[in-house]
Amino acid sequence: MKQFITFVKKEFFHVLRDRRTLLILFGMPLAQILIFGFALTNEIKNARIIVIDQAKDEASRRITNRLAASNYFEIQEDVMDQNRMEAAFKEGNIKLAIVFPAQFRNDLIHQNHAQIQVIADASDPNTATTLTSYVSSIIQDYQTELNEGNGLPYRITPEVHMLYNPQLKGAPNFVPGVMALVLMLVSVMMTAISIVREKETGTMEVLLVSPFKPMWVILAKAVPYLLLSLVNVLSILSMSVWVLQLPVAGSWLLLFAESTLFIITCLTLGIFISIKAQSQQVAMLISLMGMLLPTMMFSGFMFPIENMPMPLQVFSNIVPAKWFYIIVKSIMIKGVGLEGIWKETLVLCGITLFFFLISLKSFKIRLE
Amino acid sequence: MVTTTNITKTYQKGTVKAVDNVSFSVEKGELFGLIGPDGAGKSSIFRMLTTLLLPDSGSATVAGHDIVTDYQRIRSKVGYMPGRFSLYPDLSIEENLHFFATVFNTTVKENYHLIEDIYVQIAPFGKRRAGKLSGGMKQKLALCCALIHKPTVLFLDEPTTGVDPVSRREFWEMLKRLRQQGITILVSTPYMDEASLCDRIALIQNGSILSIDSPQGIADAYPSSLYAVQANDLPRLIHVLPTYHPHMHSYLFGEYIHLDTRGMGGHDLPEELTRFLAAEGFGDIEVKPIAPTIEDCFINMLIRHDT
Repeated sequence: MKQFITFVKKEFFHVLRDRRTLLILFGMPLAQILIFGFALTNEIKNARIIVIDQAKDEASRRITNRLAASNYFEIQEDVMDQNRMEAAFKEGNIKLAIVFPAQFRNDLIHQNHAQIQVIADASDPNTATTLTSYVSSIIQDYQTELNEGNGLPYRITPEVHMLYNPQLKGAPNFVPGVMALVLMLVSVMMTAISIVREKETGTMEVLLVSPFKPMWVILAKAVPYLLLSLVNVLSILSMSVWVLQLPVAGSWLLLFAESTLFIITCLTLGIFISIKAQSQQVAMLISLMGMLLPTMMFSGFMFPIENMPMPLQVFSNIVPAKWFYIIVKSIMIKGVGLEGIWKETLVLCGITLFFFLISLKSFKIRLE
Repeated sequence: MVTTTNITKTYQKGTVKAVDNVSFSVEKGELFGLIGPDGAGKSSIFRMLTTLLLPDSGSATVAGHDIVTDYQRIRSKVGYMPGRFSLYPDLSIEENLHFFATVFNTTVKENYHLIEDIYVQIAPFGKRRAGKLSGGMKQKLALCCALIHKPTVLFLDEPTTGVDPVSRREFWEMLKRLRQQGITILVSTPYMDEASLCDRIALIQNGSILSIDSPQGIADAYPSSLYAVQANDLPRLIHVLPTYHPHMHSYLFGEYIHLDTRGMGGHDLPEELTRFLAAEGFGDIEVKPIAPTIEDCFINMLIRHDT
């Protein structure tokens, strides 16, 4: 046991004394959260729009005020005709135009039904969809208010129903994604590299020719990365709560337990790579190509898995990050307990056990 | 203490023969040297004896244990210092030493007497990272780490390669002191001049042993007489000398050319050769009989091996 503790202590020295390792360990999660949180968000703020109000009645003004009050839109000009609108679209000056027909309020009151034309620049379809859904939800808000205490509903607008993320916030999706990515990187790549480094420098030779059991060498190398990864989980979660204002809906304890499980999955993967790779470069390449890329592509974080061809959908099932992504999303956003994610948890356990066993089997007590 | 019987080791599925049918034995408390150029198979032999590699055929025992079946017992009894620097460059001298002491289930305090002579030389730099040490200091630290658990057999794979001559001499002094403490030492080196510092040596080339004996025994067994030749124009002398006799072997050795007289008949060489060289226009001619060094013996064996 004393051997083991000394070994773990030595591992911490390695990590804490190497600036690059430290940077990857603690700088990367920070940078990723900030980049995804503020720069790469698909949430749109201060989009320039115009409102063409041909009605100029109470109802159209109330809706315009609401649009102006939200920080999604920046209303450029109140009065504009159709021709100038088209020109503005072509020049890319505006993203969206809202046209109130004349007699807007009259139609609404007398026919219980009125239309608003929402024209979006669909050359960027994502932005267009997002903006139109912002608009429709603002219109709907107004309508709900109008219908209060009124027996006869005025108008049924197409219902936009965004479960869990009504404002289509970006953070709920990417925080679990970044967590999976960072843990994958830290636990798989760093573990693999640190073990292979001992092979390269020849210290593994000395360690093998010692009474310390080889399997313990490997485990001792994994422990510091488990602890450091947990620190990462904590820092990502605290940033998401305090910087991005995304609270954890479910149990923190469960979230940490599941994260620990995923970290262990990654560590077994890292150990497996380190057994197979002979140089640090190879270990890094395998980790990046074999682990990081599938994590990005097949976890559902960047691209929805449902839209993929069947073979890829099947393939995504063996990517551990996919299951972790589902688990974290369920706990963080939906507030689900273990009863809702036990299946995913079992799959992760299975993958971990599988890699642990083949690592154990292919582990070499000698040099070749 | 160490015996090997016909061990053979091949790499790349048998196409490269690294160790070919090697047998030798080392007694307790002996300082045994494996002498040979790079690629002769020294490291492969050491790795098999330290249980890091499995031999293709043959058997070997270290401290009475079989290297294949009893590898775990061997691992707790031997000390091993691989050829390349193999400590943690980002740990300090003290941290490295404590780490290896603990891994080997002991403490620095317990066996300090073993390493004291060596450690006092590097102790003033105890807080310095091992990666920032000079070659000689690195080797001393590596030796301390290999010794700290009081091994019964010590394997040193090319410990003096890349170390300055002064540190090399110091290193060998240390080995002699360790031998006095009853530790069996196997050391490999490509430097022939270090061979005479061993109790017994094995000359090794292309994976097979050319000869095993004490350094004196190997020198005594030199089959013919050897001369050292020098003249004022050494570069030209190298080319002219072989024209003196067709069977003659000559090679540059420091500032002399060594001359092996095998197959040349028993005539009075120094005077005849001096006359021959004077006729060729050399001045300051010196021809003297010398006692063969280990390197001469090695070269002689290679020549015999080739012809």
